[in-house]
Amino acid sequence: MDQNASAIAHLYRRAGFGADAQQLADGTVAGFAATVNRLLDWSGPDDGADAVRLPDVTPGYFGSSPNADQLRQLSAQRQAQMKLVQLWWLDRIVASTSPLREKLTFLWHGHFATSNEKVDSPPMMVQQNQTLRAKGAGPFDQLLNAMITDPAMMVWLDANTNRKGRPNENFARELMELFSLGIGNYTDGDVRESARAFTGWVVDRDAVSARLVQAQADYDSKTVLGQTGAFRAADIAQMLATNPATSVHTAQRFFSRMVYPAGADHPAVQSLAKGFAADLNVANLVRAIVATPEFLSVQARTGLVKQPVEWVVGALRAVGTTATAANTLNPAVLGTLDLLGQSLFNPPSVGGWPQNAYWLSTQTTLARVRFAAALTAKANTSWLEGVSSTAWPDTLANRLGIDHWSPGTAAALRTGASPKSTLALALTSPEFVLN
Amino acid sequence: MEPNDRREPNDREPNTTEPNTTEANGQVSRRSVLSMMGVGMATRKLPRARRKPVVAPSVSTVGATTTSAAASPSTTAASSSTVPTTPGILVTVALYGGNDGLNTVIPLDAGPYLQGRGALAYQASEAIALGDGLGLHPALTGLKGLWDSKQLAIVRGVGYPEPSRSHFRSNDIWNSAQPKGYADTGWLGRWYDTVGTDPLGMVAIASSVPRSMVGAKTSAVVVPLGNVTSSVPADLAKATVVMSQSDDTLGPVAAMVRTNSLNLGRVNEVFGPLLAGQAATSITTSLEPGAAPRTANELDLQLNVVARLIKAGAPTRAYSVGLGGFDTHANEKANHARLMGILDKALSGFANLMAQDPLGRTVTVLVTSEFGRRVAANGSGGTDHGTAAPVFVLGPSVKGGFYGDQPPLTNLDQGDLRFTIDFRAVYTTLLGAVLGADPKVSVDGTFPPLGFL
Repeated sequence: MDQNASAIAHLYRRAGFGADAQQLADGTVAGFAATVNRLLDWSGPDDGADAVRLPDVTPGYFGSSPNADQLRQLSAQRQAQMKLVQLWWLDRIVASTSPLREKLTFLWHGHFATSNEKVDSPPMMVQQNQTLRAKGAGPFDQLLNAMITDPAMMVWLDANTNRKGRPNENFARELMELFSLGIGNYTDGDVRESARAFTGWVVDRDAVSARLVQAQADYDSKTVLGQTGAFRAADIAQMLATNPATSVHTAQRFFSRMVYPAGADHPAVQSLAKGFAADLNVANLVRAIVATPEFLSVQARTGLVKQPVEWVVGALRAVGTTATAANTLNPAVLGTLDLLGQSLFNPPSVGGWPQNAYWLSTQTTLARVRFAAALTAKANTSWLEGVSSTAWPDTLANRLGIDHWSPGTAAALRTGASPKSTLALALTSPEFVLN
Repeated sequence: MEPNDRREPNDREPNTTEPNTTEANGQVSRRSVLSMMGVGMATRKLPRARRKPVVAPSVSTVGATTTSAAASPSTTAASSSTVPTTPGILVTVALYGGNDGLNTVIPLDAGPYLQGRGALAYQASEAIALGDGLGLHPALTGLKGLWDSKQLAIVRGVGYPEPSRSHFRSNDIWNSAQPKGYADTGWLGRWYDTVGTDPLGMVAIASSVPRSMVGAKTSAVVVPLGNVTSSVPADLAKATVVMSQSDDTLGPVAAMVRTNSLNLGRVNEVFGPLLAGQAATSITTSLEPGAAPRTANELDLQLNVVARLIKAGAPTRAYSVGLGGFDTHANEKANHARLMGILDKALSGFANLMAQDPLGRTVTVLVTSEFGRRVAANGSGGTDHGTAAPVFVLGPSVKGGFYGDQPPLTNLDQGDLRFTIDFRAVYTTLLGAVLGADPKVSVDGTFPPLGFL
């Protein structure tokens, strides 16, 4: 792969979920800058993703006081719906013609990490997902403000039971630590005081909405981050969104997901944070990240492990199938993602998903090998079957968007037992496991 | 939030370059996998079992059976093991989310507790009295049995200076044993770096490597529930090994990918035969009837895998398991009681299993959580993040009883308990008495052993 094509492939991996042959060819002709513009141009619909039908997540209803058996039926229905919602999002990602939109939604899901394990409401999870998609590239303060009254988030972090007088500080703490300032940039006192500002909001499950109950809301004076006032939720959201520490934390998180893991003190992060603080515009932050010298560096090219969703989607696209179809395999897509540690809508904690070493264990290795074997066994590999085995490495590199194979991988691919098992091998190779 | 036991919240965010845990264990495991594949290594030493179990087949026997199918019968499971033979086996149990220490070891008839907790409080009549004005949560009946037989030590008021109320930071601190600054390695990883290179020396039943078991040279292998080993098409398995021997031209992250492929070969090679024919069953029946086995409730299943490996003579010195769901900011009473029940059944069931096994009788179990919870309840029927809390240590070698002072309820730090025992003193005790190590290899500073071992 020549240098230009290699950069386009890298861009599509980090700002999307990998390029197909057409995207790679088009991008190589158009050039890096034009491809960045194209990825960031969201003026039109995402025809590919929007063609994937959202499953019905309407809750069942047995009247106002269902019995125990009916409650079990409702619970089973919600679990079944949630699996369909997981497949819906995966298939959106697989089919997307606007991959950065899905990538940002995915990255924000890891940032505002909310788990249906506790929320237990497919409609709420879908609504949050659509909010992240709609607001994910825009002004960060608007996104943060939307998350403060997002029903799924509120249930997840107990914001819906936060009452004047004896506040629940769960949401306030994670908001400061994870969603905005980052640890070390606030005190326990700031957490306790701002928790008071979030009192009074409650979730209406049936309406999938939040509303303010004034009698439970604390309108008295609070002192947060050195400022004193009768702050309410939106005031705190604005205060946090515009705090310079939030820009650093956000830039650090995005740089670490799109380039390589870096601390807040990394010069590139510091520089990106300054730009982000100026306009809080997420699209501009992404544009700045892919323009850093670090983005195309060797350290970046070899510095990230594919998140499991990225790996699975890459594998599905390589064989030309959907998540829904591949969920009938043994092992299935959703079970594989669970073993790999990344069930969508079910992050392990409010901290979202870590990266790199977190994805690498003997267990995840086994899960990748088993899924790759099952996927390729059922795949159409005619494109590889007509090729002599000495050319398998090159053919596979083109198909999977790999720059070049290391000598050991190339040797293993040349001596693969069959086209299908050689494709499986390529999918589990270090080159393809890296992003 | 609702941290989940499967994944360690402390592993959340890499602030620095990911630890490179590849080179040393890559070498060892690479050789062993090659031998499994019948490649070379004919000159390796004869096998030697670490300790020969009385009932279960020994490591060497099982290993020889495995490799007899391959070309090199001399390269058995234990042959490449550098696991030392010192005293015991450590099993760590992490309660993710911050377990409510005051509702686990309950101060009986204590005014500030009863007032602060309101409906969340347990009355003295409900708790299982232990003496010293303290009682166990009503669900901990199995642990009371261990207490009565002097096999349960309760270390009170365990914490560290300037406590963090962040799940992630506090887990980092407990796992790294370094309250100041950031450490790439964990307390058990640093210990293991000084004694062995076999990646099977530390085993986590989880889906990622726990930070406590990340070493500079060797990190834990992760063994899943159920399918401990799982068949992969033979040609693919072989090709994966060939591929993973590649000289590294892709940098340290790719090297980690390769190391795990090679380590997986070793897991299959050694643990597969050890566990062959042993059904993956629950130690207890702690799963709620009709409930799908959810990961948060799988502590007994995790400990079952540990028990099977121990009984079979696995070359493993330290195991890590965990249980999530302890972040009880709302509706705590029922949820916490359910978790206490799961914990009690899993721990007492495991202790019973281990008591019947010669190797099992060398096992010591440590139960920790990243922090306790606020003395006063919040308005959601729950408690917010707190500080010091009790730690449990159990096993046949343990000298049961209370250690450390109960933190006073009348001298609080921002509404939270002040710690009386540094958690590094607990680690120091375990490193010395269970792992036979100089605690200094892993714990900075001097913390006198606590005497529970």
